[in-house]
Amino acid sequence: MREGIKRAPGFWPRATLFYLYLLFLYGPIFIIVVLSFQGENASLSFPMQGFSLYYFSEVFDPHYIGDYRWPFGRSVILGLIVMVLTMGISFLAGLAFRKNFKGNILVFYLVVASLICPSILISLGIGIGFSNLGLTSQWWSGGLGAHLSWTLPFGVLIMLAVFSRLDPRLEEAAKDQGATQWQTLRHVTIPITLPGLVGVALFGFTLSYDEYPRISNVAGEHNSLPVELVNALALAATPTIYAIGTMTTLFSLLVIFASFVVVYFMQRRRRGYGAKKMLKEA
Amino acid sequence: MAVLTGLFNRYSTLIQISPLVITLVLFLVGPVIVIIILSLWKFDGFMTLEGVWTLRNYEKIFTRSLTALNYWQTLKMFLITWGITFVIGFTLAYFLVFDIVKLRTKMLLFLLCVVPFWTSAVIRTVAWIPFLGTEGIINQAIMGLGLSDQPLKFLLFSEFAVLLSYVQIFTLFMMAPLFNVMARINKDLIEAARDNGASAFQILWNVILPLCKPGIAIGTIFVIALVASDYTAIRILGGSRVGTVAASMANQVYNFQYPPAAATAMILLIVVLLLVGGVMRVVDVRRQL
Repeated sequence: MREGIKRAPGFWPRATLFYLYLLFLYGPIFIIVVLSFQGENASLSFPMQGFSLYYFSEVFDPHYIGDYRWPFGRSVILGLIVMVLTMGISFLAGLAFRKNFKGNILVFYLVVASLICPSILISLGIGIGFSNLGLTSQWWSGGLGAHLSWTLPFGVLIMLAVFSRLDPRLEEAAKDQGATQWQTLRHVTIPITLPGLVGVALFGFTLSYDEYPRISNVAGEHNSLPVELVNALALAATPTIYAIGTMTTLFSLLVIFASFVVVYFMQRRRRGYGAKKMLKEA
Repeated sequence: MAVLTGLFNRYSTLIQISPLVITLVLFLVGPVIVIIILSLWKFDGFMTLEGVWTLRNYEKIFTRSLTALNYWQTLKMFLITWGITFVIGFTLAYFLVFDIVKLRTKMLLFLLCVVPFWTSAVIRTVAWIPFLGTEGIINQAIMGLGLSDQPLKFLLFSEFAVLLSYVQIFTLFMMAPLFNVMARINKDLIEAARDNGASAFQILWNVILPLCKPGIAIGTIFVIALVASDYTAIRILGGSRVGTVAASMANQVYNFQYPPAAATAMILLIVVLLLVGGVMRVVDVRRQL
């Protein structure tokens, strides 16, 4: 029966634009993957020279100028720390914002300011601040702070949106039934806001893992992956960069896939749990 | 224990909000204060003279003709990027919300737009080089088709290349908030407008667009922030031909000219705050979240 559907006027132009945009998004990534399989002494551009896994082995070669294994590991660890902190801080802030505490407007504007503040200002400010205290900023100290200044606005804005859609009657009902504050939080508030929290987690990790300008001055002697990549570009640009691109993209796809599997099973478990409970009570 | 619980309940809001406030004070307010102090220190062309106060860094910004040029280029880049990302972002959001009926298809297509963002931004930007270079795909195609017998030079290391990467990356930041507000539009409103004889254009202009205002505002704020801050794409794709405020600031930092860079950063921060403040005056962003 679907053939009978009458498309809205302008459907095809819009559909065309959508798929063209996807092509525009994926084209360069596809090229990266293709060009990362070149033979030795290749350049960053076409024509493709030879076919080998040379540049993939280069990534793992410890004698190579930029050994990318450690920066990659650091970026993942930093991303995970930023993810957990962004989730926790944003969730707590979301709880507080619901109560419209005194000064909430000021804190809200501070969050927006953190989002729009020019990256170099944050980077330079943290770097100079550390050195004036007699410290050297490292990726896990100043770098972590720089990343939080970027991820927290997204986290808090998402949590504000999530909490504004949360029906407070659900929590009131739990309290009326004698649940303590902690039980309400644990069994009502957190489960309902979980999809939003997963979103915050994904945002937190991605934004940190990918971030360059804010951490550029404060990573210390041990760089994160994006900083290492920009440095490598300035020195000698080889298709090794594409090989890293190919591998990190693959890694990211795995992470996304894994998180979807987790969310899927969480939802299924929750549904199953509710149904079982109903059966028991019946 | 009871005392502790009482204390906790009494100050729960304070406990909940303080991690956010402490982090932002340490890593936003702190750096801004450091930058304000730094911008007021004397710089003699080679080194920073700590503790010697001067307004010279700001004076220089306002008397140099390069400043106006940098701001003009930034504004131009912003307006072009905003215009294109708005048109594309709006159309894509409209397509996903109104044209695609099945929720699962909607989510799948939206996800397809997001996945490329998990490739490192630096690499994604570099990836334009094999496309736009003199021996790149586009030039090969143009010469192959006989449209030109010389490779087009303006494609790479130019404003065009930077704009292309901006549109590619920033469209999502415009599309996502628009998608969010459009998905909440009550379909009955559109039906009612149609029943009363409104044309497709009138529905778009008088019903959908006004209801999208908060999404447009949030998307605009994102694009302002992203364009004003970016210098990575400019460094990789702009050659030396693109001089936005952020790029010139990054150059100053690179050459250890910290006080002038700090002054530039402060002025840019004020300009961006004013712009975003203006947007937030027109639309109450927070109420719409």
